[in-house]
Amino acid sequence: MENLDLISILGSTIRLSIPLIFTALAGLFTERAGVFDIGLEGKMLFSAFAAAVAAFMTGSPWLGLLAGITVSVLISLIHGFASITNRGNQIVSGVAINFLASGLTAVLGQAWFSQGGRTPPLAASARFTEIVFPYAAELRDTGFLGRFYANIISGHNILTYLAFLAVPASWWVLYRTRFGLRLRAVGENPGAVDTAGISVTFLRYRATICAGILCGCAGTYLSIAQSAGFVKDMSAGKGYIALAALIFAKWRPVPVMLACLLFGFLDAFANFMQGKSVPGIGEVPVQIFQALPYVLTCVLLAGFIGVARPPKAGGVPYVKER
Amino acid sequence: MSTASVPLPNWITYGLMPFLNLVVAFLISGVVVWFIGESPLDAVTLLLQGALGNGEGIGFTLYYATNFIFTGLSVAVAYHAGLFNIGSEGQAYVGGLGAALASLALDHYVPWYVTMPFAVAGAAIFGAAWALIPAWLQAKRGSHIVITTIMFNFIGAAMMVYLLVHVLIVPGKMAPETRVFLEGGQLPKLDWLIAMFGGKLGPAPFNVSFLIALFMCVVVWVLIWRTKLGYEIRTLGASPTAAIYAGIPYVKTVIITMLISGGLAGMMALNPVLGASARLQVEFVGGAGFVGIAVSLMGRSHPLGIVLAAILFGVLYQGGDALSFDMPKITRDMIVVIQGLVILFAGALEYLFRPAIVRVWQRFGKA
Repeated sequence: MENLDLISILGSTIRLSIPLIFTALAGLFTERAGVFDIGLEGKMLFSAFAAAVAAFMTGSPWLGLLAGITVSVLISLIHGFASITNRGNQIVSGVAINFLASGLTAVLGQAWFSQGGRTPPLAASARFTEIVFPYAAELRDTGFLGRFYANIISGHNILTYLAFLAVPASWWVLYRTRFGLRLRAVGENPGAVDTAGISVTFLRYRATICAGILCGCAGTYLSIAQSAGFVKDMSAGKGYIALAALIFAKWRPVPVMLACLLFGFLDAFANFMQGKSVPGIGEVPVQIFQALPYVLTCVLLAGFIGVARPPKAGGVPYVKER
Repeated sequence: MSTASVPLPNWITYGLMPFLNLVVAFLISGVVVWFIGESPLDAVTLLLQGALGNGEGIGFTLYYATNFIFTGLSVAVAYHAGLFNIGSEGQAYVGGLGAALASLALDHYVPWYVTMPFAVAGAAIFGAAWALIPAWLQAKRGSHIVITTIMFNFIGAAMMVYLLVHVLIVPGKMAPETRVFLEGGQLPKLDWLIAMFGGKLGPAPFNVSFLIALFMCVVVWVLIWRTKLGYEIRTLGASPTAAIYAGIPYVKTVIITMLISGGLAGMMALNPVLGASARLQVEFVGGAGFVGIAVSLMGRSHPLGIVLAAILFGVLYQGGDALSFDMPKITRDMIVVIQGLVILFAGALEYLFRPAIVRVWQRFGKA
């Protein structure tokens, strides 16, 4: 029975980690470019809503994904306009986006579908459904490895595999391309980048667009892959957990994935432990698991597990002339 | 774009610009209302009638405004020191625990005016305690206070749910809340105040916390502009390096400022917990901490501005309730949209019109 539990917990770990991975990578791009992004949560929610509406209207999950990404990029551009062009407070802009997302999706959802802010349930053909790898069904009953192949490697939707591809892709873009080098430089010392004749504004805008695309994938995953439609406030703080994971990973792509998997595992384990009691301790309150990602991140920030050093120019609007 | 350094008279910076930003936020809100097929003008009329049309509406408006004055002051005090306290939400939540414990302990034995100082102290101490660790992390370890206070909002929420579900719950009941406080643990309503103006309060929970909130406005004004500590706080906010050079202790000032900020946020709990529902409930803060950010921004971190902005948001909350009742197509979430737009335009995009205003001012104003 132990094996069965482990496999199912790992399976749900992956399912719960995917939106975190996309969103934390999104944050990686903006924050590495020196733009704080508290609005990850709101972008995820906006794109979840847009994806669900488009998938319902057109019946195509791909158009849903397109709509999710488009809306998320537009919101990113608003954030960019406020915090890059207008040099407004980046945190305030993020808070505003979160408010707008929570309110506008609910208002529009109710006005269009009259189902209490939900979108109508999607048919299977309008969703990203599980992809079954060859021989998965046959191998399901052949011991641990077979079950691992059938439930962990196979049997996820396309966005899940895309998320795991996005990790090395982000690493490659950030560390092996000219754009990535400049992006990281602009988050550390925008003045130097400007002196080299490269536009700080344009670079930061491109970083926020990258974030928009990734957040769009996260939102789409929530509403048309993981579930069959949009539910009011369905992002439920995942954007903030992703932010915590980003800090926990010290703003680096591969650790970001590991941190997201860790936080996803905590979530999956909490679900599994609900109502069960541990010998000698009794029932462990589910709230402990809910608080643990944030506690771990604070402990890390306090400098007790290595030092988390944020990009130097983070949160500071760049002023060209003196 | 060299307009950023051109000085403008105060009436433009503190009057015209916030006003223009608000107008744009409301115009876009109107477009949203129009877009979902209702008349914006009717909506505004219903909203204002619901919020200010009678004693009960005004009572509710001022009840909501009370919450926002406390959280607005909380954000403002930290902002003067250059600290962005995004954790007022969590500090208010935990502050509710302090207020509720005082009421639970005393309500059998003493009248409300004896309980009140203990509840105020309990709320403030618990709220301040919840700001202590982020403050210490910022001051000593350099961890960004925005991040740590966000984390503490979630840790606080998990802790409060645990306490309400497992510890404070009334045995045998399903709802995760404390028992109802007796009269000795409640704050009385201010029906006489509304009656003075010829209105009737009815069931609106407008209570003594409002007077406490106004008193705290005066306290904050004196603190920030008339004391040595306030001077140090403002200096730190203007330039941390200059402050340290001038001999202002950085660690101590940051921690004390955040304790005051957390204490003010905690006191917000008095209003809903002791003044309205007479018990501690899950998620009683309901986003008031985040609204405090908007209120503080719009009020330019000045107590008088904060009271005005808090009343504006009180009108939105109560009016929005009335509006969703009369226009079923517009749900209560419309208030959240308007808040988001106000925060976006009055906060993040506050300089949107500055270049244009500067150009007009340079051409016509200087005469």
